[in-house]
Amino acid sequence: MAAVDDLRFEEFGDTTTSLEANPDATTISIEDPGETPKHKPGPPKGLGREEDDELLGNDDSDKTELLAGQKKSSPFWTFEYYQTFFDVDTYQVFDRIKGSLLPIPGKNFVRLYIRSNPDLYGPFWICATLVFAIAISGNLSNFLIHLGEKTYHYVPEFRKVSIAATIIYAYAWLVPLALWGFLVWRNSKVMNIVSYSFLEIVCVYGYSLFIYIPTAILWIIPQKAVRWVLVTIALGISGSVLAMTFWPAVREDNRRIALATIVTIVLLHMLLSVGCLAYFFDAPEMDHLLTSTAAPNQTVVTAKSS
Amino acid sequence: MAEAVESPGDPETTTSRPLMRDLKAVGKKFMHVLYPRKSNTLLRDWDLWGPLILCVTLALMLQRGSVDSEKDGGPQFAEVFVIVWFGAVTITLNSKLLGGNISFFQSLCVLGYCILPLTMAMLVCRLVLLAEPGPINFMVRLFVVIIMFAWSIVASTAFLADSQPPNRKALAVYPVFLFYFVISWMILTFTPQ
Repeated sequence: MAAVDDLRFEEFGDTTTSLEANPDATTISIEDPGETPKHKPGPPKGLGREEDDELLGNDDSDKTELLAGQKKSSPFWTFEYYQTFFDVDTYQVFDRIKGSLLPIPGKNFVRLYIRSNPDLYGPFWICATLVFAIAISGNLSNFLIHLGEKTYHYVPEFRKVSIAATIIYAYAWLVPLALWGFLVWRNSKVMNIVSYSFLEIVCVYGYSLFIYIPTAILWIIPQKAVRWVLVTIALGISGSVLAMTFWPAVREDNRRIALATIVTIVLLHMLLSVGCLAYFFDAPEMDHLLTSTAAPNQTVVTAKSS
Repeated sequence: MAEAVESPGDPETTTSRPLMRDLKAVGKKFMHVLYPRKSNTLLRDWDLWGPLILCVTLALMLQRGSVDSEKDGGPQFAEVFVIVWFGAVTITLNSKLLGGNISFFQSLCVLGYCILPLTMAMLVCRLVLLAEPGPINFMVRLFVVIIMFAWSIVASTAFLADSQPPNRKALAVYPVFLFYFVISWMILTFTPQ
C-alpha cells in the first residue's frame, strides 16, 4: 500500500505534540509495513516497554490513528467512501484469516494484520458463510440423527437461516459497538496508549468468527463429546485472539475493570457458540430416548421442533 | 439494450416483431450460458427478462402445493425470490466495491442468467422424485445438482472474472460460489409432500 509512505510527515510537530499529551509514549517513526517485522526484538521479554513494542507492532498508535483518519477523506454519501473499506487484496484477507486461526502470544492481531486498513469484506462474508454453515450443518446433523426412523419426515428448516443471520450479524456488529463505546468512555477517564477505531474492532470480531465455520461443519458429527471438544478448541482460539487484542486497550485501567472487560468479551463469545450449538443442533441422546417411546409422541416432537 | 426496452412500450410499432426480437435475445443468452465462452454478448446487451423468468420458474418449482405450508419448513415463493435477487445485488455491490469495472445491471444480468443450469437441475430433480424414494434417488439428484452447480460457477466466472482487478479475483468469485451453493442446497433438499 502506497498510502503509508505517501503520508509520512517530514515535520516533527506531531511527535512533539503527542509527546506533550502522553510523555510515556514511545514515538517510533512509521516505516514500510513490510520491513517492520524484521526489526522486532525477538520473543517478548515479559511485562514492560518491550511488550508494548511487540503489541504495538512498532507503530505509534497516535500516528496510525491519524493516518486512518486521513485515508477516508470522501464524504460518507459517496460510493468512494465505502470503497475504502474494501481496499484489500486476496493475500491480505488470507493473512488476516491465518492470523485469527493462529494466535501468537504477544502479537496483536490489529497491529500486525490490520495496520490501519480495516476492511469490511472479511467480517461481512465470514458472517454470511457462518450463517449458512450453521443452518446447513444443523439441518444435516438433525437429518443424520433421525435417519433410521420411519416416522421422521425431513423438513429443510428454512426459517432457521433467518434466525441464524439475525443472531450472527447482531453479534458481529452490536457487540463491537458496545465494546467501542465502553472503550471510548474509559479512554476519557484513563489515558490509554492503545485505542481502536470502531471499524478495527468490527474487523477483529469478524475475523475471529472464522474458526466457527469449520467448527460448525464438524458439529454434524452426532457425538456430544466431540461437539464439546470442538466448542472448547474454537473458543480457546478465537477467545485468545480477542483477549490478546483488547488487553493492551484496557491494561492501563483499574485492574478489576480490565479483567472484567476481558472476561465479558470471552463470556459473550462462549454464549454465542454454545447458544448456536444448542439451538441449531439437536442433542444426539434425544434420538435414543425417543425411539423407545411410542410413535405418536415422536411425530409431535418433530413437528414442534421445525 | 435501449431498443429492447423501449420498443414494446412504443404504441406505433406492432408488438409481435419486438417481442420476437426480445425472445430471440433471451434465447441467445441462454445458449451463451449453456456453452460458456469468453464473449461479451451477455455483458453488452444486458436484459433482466431472462433472470426474471428463471427466478419465477425456480421459485414455483420449489413450492409444494400443500395447504399447510408453514409446517413444511421449506422456502416460500417470496423467500426464494428475495434470496436470488438480494444475493445477486449483494454480490454486485461487493464486486463494485472491490474495484471491478462492471456495471450494476450487467452483473445482475450475468448472475441471473447463470441460474439456468440450476433451474434445469431443479426440473430433473422434480422428475426423479416422481420415482421410488431411496438412496439411489438421492445419489442421482446429488450428482445432477453437483454438475449443474459447477456449470453455473464456470459460466458466471467466465463472464465476471475479467472485470475484476487481478489481485482480487478470488475475493470477487467467492460470494458467487456461496450464492450458487445456497441455491443448490435449496434444490437438493427439496422434498415433495
